[in-house]
Amino acid sequence: MSDFFHTTPLPERMLMAPHADALGLTLVSIEPGRGVMSAPWREDLVGDPETGVIASGVVTALIDHACGLAINSAIGQPVPIATLDLRIDYLRPAAPKAGVTAEAHAYRLTRTVGFVRAEAWDADRSDLVATAQAAFMLNTRAQPLKA
Amino acid sequence: MDDAATQSLDAFLQRVPYVRFLGMRVELAGDEMTAVLPFSQHLIGNPVLPAIHGGVIGAFMELTALAQLALAEPGGRVPKTIDVTIEYLRSAGARDTYARAILRKVGRRVANVQVEAWQESRTKLVAGLTGHFLLRSSGEPVAP
Repeated sequence: MSDFFHTTPLPERMLMAPHADALGLTLVSIEPGRGVMSAPWREDLVGDPETGVIASGVVTALIDHACGLAINSAIGQPVPIATLDLRIDYLRPAAPKAGVTAEAHAYRLTRTVGFVRAEAWDADRSDLVATAQAAFMLNTRAQPLKA
Repeated sequence: MDDAATQSLDAFLQRVPYVRFLGMRVELAGDEMTAVLPFSQHLIGNPVLPAIHGGVIGAFMELTALAQLALAEPGGRVPKTIDVTIEYLRSAGARDTYARAILRKVGRRVANVQVEAWQESRTKLVAGLTGHFLLRSSGEPVAP
């Protein structure tokens, strides 16, 4: 499992996590230092039964996952990472029955720590539902990210 | 613990689909609530370690805060999460996770809640959360 996991290309590897699969996360785009992923709306992921709005916990998991994607794409090779902290501001609820997309940007990597910002929206990239800031420990040596 | 409080908590746990998706439940000892997240394969984020997804731990602690608020503020709608700060202290292994919430301040409109999560030992926390939640009354208008 471990070897298979580490030799699998990044996009496929990000979707191999059982929880990513359970949520139905999809990879939208990936470039060095940036990753975009989506979570679909589903009945069983609803957080407010009165409105049918997707649970904020789904947004949390989506953002955490997109942040990991951004760091891995910045480094360019599989690196075990661990979230140190994650702060999420929920700017507004997503629209009822709407899925959510998140873009994460690993804007600074040192040898040991990665700093990431993320934004999430439902329909319109310029009308955000959440913003986030996170720091990750990098467990192996990474090259510092060039500006 | 009065009936209204436990009914409010039950309603929250049973009516929110995402609570069932994660498989979360709670245990009550008087007015002390412990949330339980039984381990399940679909919660894994890192299949190599293996470890529960960090987003799951964050979501579980947020739901623990909401459940504690449902107990304290029966009759209201599910509060809206304004913000959360999640601190990860240890990797959460493939086993059951527990959490308790402290309502540090419950105001008229906003609550500040702190949550701690652990697995084998209460003294070895896997994560903590501090969050702000917007309280929404159901029905009665709030006095100006």
